[in-house]
Formats: sequence, C-alpha cells, structure tokens
Amino acid sequence: MNDSNNFSRRKFIQTGVAAGGGLLLSFYLPAFGKFKNTGMPAPASFVPNAFIRIGTDDIITVIVNHSEMGQGVYTSLPMIIADELEADWSKVRFEAAPVDPAYNHPGFGMQGTGGSTSTWVEWDRFRKAGATGKHMLVAAAAQTWNVDASNCKVEKGYVINTATNQKLSYGQLVEKAATLKAPEEVKLKDPKDFNFIGKPVKRLDTPEKIDGTGIFGLDIKLPGLLTAVIARPPVFGGKVIRFDAEKAKAIRGVKHVLQMDRGIAVVADGFWPAKLGRDALNIVWDDGDLATLDSKTQGLQYAELAKQPGAVANKQGDVAAAQGKAVKKLEAVYELPYLAHAPMEPLNCVADVKADSCEIWVGTQFQTVDMMAASRITGLNPSKIKLHTTLLGGGFGRRAVMDSHFVVEAVQVSNALKIPVKVVWTREDDIKGGYYRPRAYHKLSAGLDASGKPLYWQQNIVCQSFIVGTPFEPMMVQNGVDGLAVEGAANHPYEVPNMQVAWNMAPGGVPTLWWRSVGSSHTAFAVEGFIDELAKTAGKDPFEYRMMLLDKHPKYKRVLQLVAEKAGWKKPVTPGRGRGIAIHESFGSIVAQVAEVSITKNKTLKVHKVVCAIDCGPVVNPDTVKAQMEGCIVFGLTAALYGEITFEKGRVKQSNFHDYRMVRMNEMPRVEVHILDSQEKMGGVGEPGVPPVAPAVLNALFTLTGKRVRSLPLRPNDLKKKV
Amino acid sequence: MINLKVNGKAYQVDVDPSTPILWVIRDNLALNGTKFGCGVAQCGACMVHLNTNAIRSCVTPVSAADGKELVTIEGLDPKLSKPLQQAWIQEDVPQCGYCQSGQIMAAAILLRDNPNPTDGDIDGAMTGNICRCGTYQRIRKAIHVAAGLRKSGVK
Repeated sequence: MNDSNNFSRRKFIQTGVAAGGGLLLSFYLPAFGKFKNTGMPAPASFVPNAFIRIGTDDIITVIVNHSEMGQGVYTSLPMIIADELEADWSKVRFEAAPVDPAYNHPGFGMQGTGGSTSTWVEWDRFRKAGATGKHMLVAAAAQTWNVDASNCKVEKGYVINTATNQKLSYGQLVEKAATLKAPEEVKLKDPKDFNFIGKPVKRLDTPEKIDGTGIFGLDIKLPGLLTAVIARPPVFGGKVIRFDAEKAKAIRGVKHVLQMDRGIAVVADGFWPAKLGRDALNIVWDDGDLATLDSKTQGLQYAELAKQPGAVANKQGDVAAAQGKAVKKLEAVYELPYLAHAPMEPLNCVADVKADSCEIWVGTQFQTVDMMAASRITGLNPSKIKLHTTLLGGGFGRRAVMDSHFVVEAVQVSNALKIPVKVVWTREDDIKGGYYRPRAYHKLSAGLDASGKPLYWQQNIVCQSFIVGTPFEPMMVQNGVDGLAVEGAANHPYEVPNMQVAWNMAPGGVPTLWWRSVGSSHTAFAVEGFIDELAKTAGKDPFEYRMMLLDKHPKYKRVLQLVAEKAGWKKPVTPGRGRGIAIHESFGSIVAQVAEVSITKNKTLKVHKVVCAIDCGPVVNPDTVKAQMEGCIVFGLTAALYGEITFEKGRVKQSNFHDYRMVRMNEMPRVEVHILDSQEKMGGVGEPGVPPVAPAVLNALFTLTGKRVRSLPLRPNDLKKKV
Repeated sequence: MINLKVNGKAYQVDVDPSTPILWVIRDNLALNGTKFGCGVAQCGACMVHLNTNAIRSCVTPVSAADGKELVTIEGLDPKLSKPLQQAWIQEDVPQCGYCQSGQIMAAAILLRDNPNPTDGDIDGAMTGNICRCGTYQRIRKAIHVAAGLRKSGVK
C-alpha cells in the first residue's frame, strides 16, 4: 500500500479546542470535484471539521463519516485511527458525523456510503488523522517536560518520557495539544507495527444492538411527533385523480390527511391509527403508462431488444470472422428478475420543519443528496438544515437514492403541517415500492476451437439504467454504455481472442437502483454459468477450465486455487451431492466460492456448504471481512432460491416475506471464509461476496440434474433430472 | 383502558383494543427495542414474551395482554439475557442489528426450555426470525456458546 499517494495533494489542517474541552483535530482534503454541476454545495476551501475528539477523560471519539448499515464501519474506521494514534482501544468510541463537506466521501465528492468503498477510500485519510493526533500529543508532552519529542514514546493512550519514565495520558495532554499547530506531514506507522489493523477486533456497536438501546431511524422520538403512513400509486407513475378521506379522518388518532407529490399521507398520533387511516382511504388513481405492465410480455420485449446490436461495451478481435473457425458453438439466454432490497428496517424518516430550520433524522446512505432535497422543498439554505444519521437497519443500496424520495416525503408532510413527522413504510410499501435491482436478460454465444478454448464470446445485455438522466451519468455512462449495466461482463477475465459485449437499454418506468453488488449481481450469473457450459462442452473440469483461461490473471488463479484446495475440489464429493464453482471480481476484490448441494426428499434444493476465498488486499478487520462474506452468501442465496418481483396489470404481485421469501436459519449452509494474505491494493468487502453465490450453487445443481438453470429464481422443475 | 404489565411495571393505556402490542409498546410506552419488520408474523423482529411464551407482537392485539405480563428485550431476565448477550458479543453476531432483539427473545425461550439445544433444535426455534444481513451461522454458534455459559454459571 502506498501511504503517500492520497496525501500528495494540498491539505488543510486546523485544530482547536472542542466544545466541552479537549482536542479537536480537524482536517480537510479536497474532493475529486466530480460533482461540479449537480447543484450540490461545492466544498469550501477551509472548513473546520473533525474526525477525532479526545476528552480530558481520555475518551477518544472517532467521528465516522460513513453510515453504519451492518458492514462494520463504526469499528473498522475507528481501528485505523486508533492504530496510528496508539490509542487504548477500551477508550475508543464512535459517533456519526454531521453533514458537512469536510465529511465528504473522497471519491464521490459528497457525503455518502456505497460501492463497498468506506474502508479503502478512508484508509489514507484516517491513518493520517490518527498519526497527526499522535504527533501533536507527543509535542504537547515534550513541551510539558521540556524535552525533545525524540525522547518521548507513545503507548496505549500515554506519552512516556523515555529518560524519566514519567507518563501523561492523552486526556492530560489535550488542552496543551489543542494550542499547537498541526504538522503538514506526519510519518505513518510501519504496517508490521500495527496493533489493531489486520487483527480480529470486536465490533464497538454490538452492545447497543443486543439490548434494545441502539437508535435506528424508526426509534426516533420527539415531543409532539406524529406518524404518517402514505398511500402511493399501485402502478409506478400513477397519479391521484380524487380521494375521499372521510372514513380515514373518523379513525381515532388520525389528525391530518393530505395530498403530496407521491400520494396521500395519513398523519396520526401513532403508526397503527395512521395505517388504519390509510387502509380506509378511498382513492381513485390514474394508473398511467404502466397500467398494462406484465412480466411475461416484458420478457418478450427484452428478448426482442437483445436482437438489436446495442451499444458496444467491449470489443476485441473479430467475432464474426471467428464464428467460421469454431469447432463447437453454444448459445444461451440467462435471465434474472427485478429484486427488492428488503432491508429489515422498513424505510422511514423523521422531519421537523419550522419557519427557519429543518431537522431530519434518517438512516441514509446519501446525506448530502438528502440535505439538498430538503433545501429545495423548504426553500431553506442548506446551512439551516440539520441531518442526523441514525443506525441503518440494513441498506444494501436501498437507502442511497438520488431522488431522496423517502426523505422528501417526510420533509413535505412536515413542511405542510409545520410539526415533526415520522413517515413509516410498511413492509408491503417496501416490497411494492420499487427501486429494484433491474431485470436483466443476457443473450450469449461462444465458439470453441479443437482444444476446447473459446475462440469468440458474444454477449448482449438488456436491462434498465438507473444512471442515465441523473447527475451520475457523466461519471458512469461512456459511449452510450451504462457501466453499471455491464460491469463484470464487459471486463470478464477469461482469455477469449474475439469478444463483443453490448448493452441495450430497456424502457424505464419501473424505478430501479443499485442492489448489493449492482451490475455484478446479474452479470456474474450469466458469465459464470456460461463459462461452466463451455467447460462442459470442452469436456474439461470446471475448475481446470477456468484456470486454463486465467493464465494472464495470476490474482484470480490464486483465489481459485485457494477455494478449490479448501473445498477439497480434487477429492470426490459426498455421494448424492453436487459441487459447483464460481469466481468474480467486483469493487476491487476477487471472490471465489464452491457450493455443495443436494436435492432433498421433498424435492427442494439443500445447500450444505459454501467455501469462500477472497483477495481484498490488506485487511483492516478480518472478522468483519468474514462476516461480510457470510452475509453476502445469504443475500445471494436468497436471490437465487426465492428472489423475484413480478408485475401483472401494472401491479407488483409480491407483498411481504411470505411471497418475497428470505433464506432462514434452517436453510443456512455452513460457510467457511478464507482470506488471502495480500499486499495489493485494498478492495471492498460489503458486496463482492454476492455475485459468485448463484452461479456456484446452480453449477453444483447441474452436476446432479444434467440440466442448466439459466433463469432465476430456481423453479421446482429445475430440480428434476434431464430426461 | 387496558391494564398492562410490561417488564414488571404496571401501565394503563387508552388505545383501541385491537391495536397490536408492538405499537403500544413502541408508540405509547416508548420501549423501542422491539422492532417492526413485516407486520404479518413473518420475520420475528417484534418478538416479545407474553407470560411465558414468545409471541409476535405485530399481530397480537393488546387486548390479549390485558392483565398479563409482557417482557421485552429491555426487561429480559438477566439469567437469560446475560449469557446470550455475552455470547453475541463473543461471536460478534450483529451486523445492522435490527433483527437482533427478536433473535435474542427467541433464543431466550429456547435456552430456558432446552439448556442443551442441538442444531436441529436451533433450526426449530429460530427459523421464524429473519436476518437480512445473514448472521444465522453466528447466531447458531452464539446459542451454543450461551448454553455453555449458562452451565458454567454466567449471570
């Protein structure tokens, strides 16, 4: 890891005495400036802000600018600072950052959490923050003792005078340290001296998550707070023609019924009356353009679109010329449905709009975007808007929305009534509420030479874009190709001399969004399923075949080798079981998985075991990496087995966990995670474990049935043997 | 008026008797540890104990608790909660944490009735509780750890 690469740019460091006493160490690194024309506030040149607060009581509070949604940033980011600061871990606390350009994501140019970036993107900045703090505390001690800083050492929250063995705790030094000038450059630790980084450290946020004291958005209480439940159009793009609220208003506890942009809000003195009120509304809707949307018909449209050439995402060699030389040819279509994120905490937001202020409490991944949306609605300057980030009861991308709709709803209702309001979504609102992983259709063809190696690979992808037409378009759309629609396919690592991957944008209307692992959530299923088909056609072992085609990618081979070794790939599989393998790179990390499955007496698929290997570069908290892989595997398995949002007459058919099922305890496979010792660039871990799950499981099933499953989710017929 | 006893404390609440217990304890009593996940008894995030049984408070009307004893995560008997919480910390179980109150309330009943649960027993007792973050493997391990802690007298 290059320690200096992010710090060659100009930086500004300020210090001061924190409110309530203690050292406030603040510094600011300019963002990359990617969001210049988006209406978001430009970062100012000198902004006082803070990542570390040390109190006279020795407590070190790390102010974390990334949202905690389960991925462990409230531990991994404090670990980085604590290590460089030589802190006593028992004194380290975390706090959610307020919204301020100083806390912007260094890559996004705004405050937000996503793309499995939080740890690697802050690695340099947080190390530097910790090291700067240590330097100043040492300087303060040296002044106190009237010795040179070189005569001081630091240990577990103390500065020690090496000549006299006198020691001063950080808390005893903060007042003096706060008067010192921060150094321009500081020396970072040699990684071999890390105390916490690279070792499994227990999460700081566990205690509050097991005794009911942790505060999620849904748990916010304010004096006079009312709860709103909103009736939204049953068809996306629908509008209210007229409504009758008489019965709703007659319900005890219902205080207000009002029409707003996204529907009709029923505001009551609690969730239950608000929900009863909504149920009692009589609304006549104009269903709009999607009134006849039907999943089967839509599938036929996608198949037609896939016949169009599409915008080229990657072209190498000459596929047409190679087709004539192929000894064997294959064609296949892989299809995946819309998927809801379904975080356990239904969406919600509390807003308190007053004449000259607006305060928001929300579990969000997009603080800056939400604050700007509130500013537009209220007409208030962003400086008058205070947004508090609560714990997120799951995110998975669902709480990173460009239109801030779940914040907008609360701000609009509160703005209209000038009272604090909490908007609560029911689970049905969530499942039917859109912002889905896009439906995807992959049309593939390939040809093999006499040795079984692929001569050409052609892939045409059809799916919606949630980037085109947004401020992200200039960043993420190139040559007419939405990078998020083709990632993982256009850049797959297998050696194919002639390759063409293209994309056709499917018509919009159904709101779609990034869903844990984004494009890779569908491209990996197509690529890793099809490569298995090629291996079968070539008469080769699926592991050996991949290894053969990855000769130019030693990193991939190392991961594949590790997973094969740990899964006992070369040993015979338990009788009655099938084994499948898949590998995929996303968010800077390579993950390979081997799944072991069988078909039960009840004709269901049982996934016994998933062995997982990951190369994510240097690791901050290995236990968090393992936890994320475990979680990713459950998330991917849930999608493979059950996940499906479908439409009939414009309406979403699924509504809650009975028909949008989740993997449960009794279906949990044994998961084994192996982390490669790697000193390459640090990658992400929140998402890269998802993409290989479905192909590994279905490649395993293939060995039992001889039948290739190319459409998700799994159907009962898929478990019958090929006849 | 409905008479409730929640975590040993008596309350009188003036709500529609059909209101689910979940919303009375959250909105009227401000006990936030019990979570709303589905509203239809599918996910277990709302699990509380009514007298001696684990129930789904999102579908149980408050009238069913009239004169009975309710226990939420905030009031769980330390003999049950301490070993579970210690095991949850040891195994670093929670991710987002939203479902964990319900998981612990379900696990508490399991361990109370069955001090040495097998994996099959854990499947039977815990399959009603969804964790979208997928912490099942760690919950399973933590329940075994908690069973051991209870035997060794952790309180």
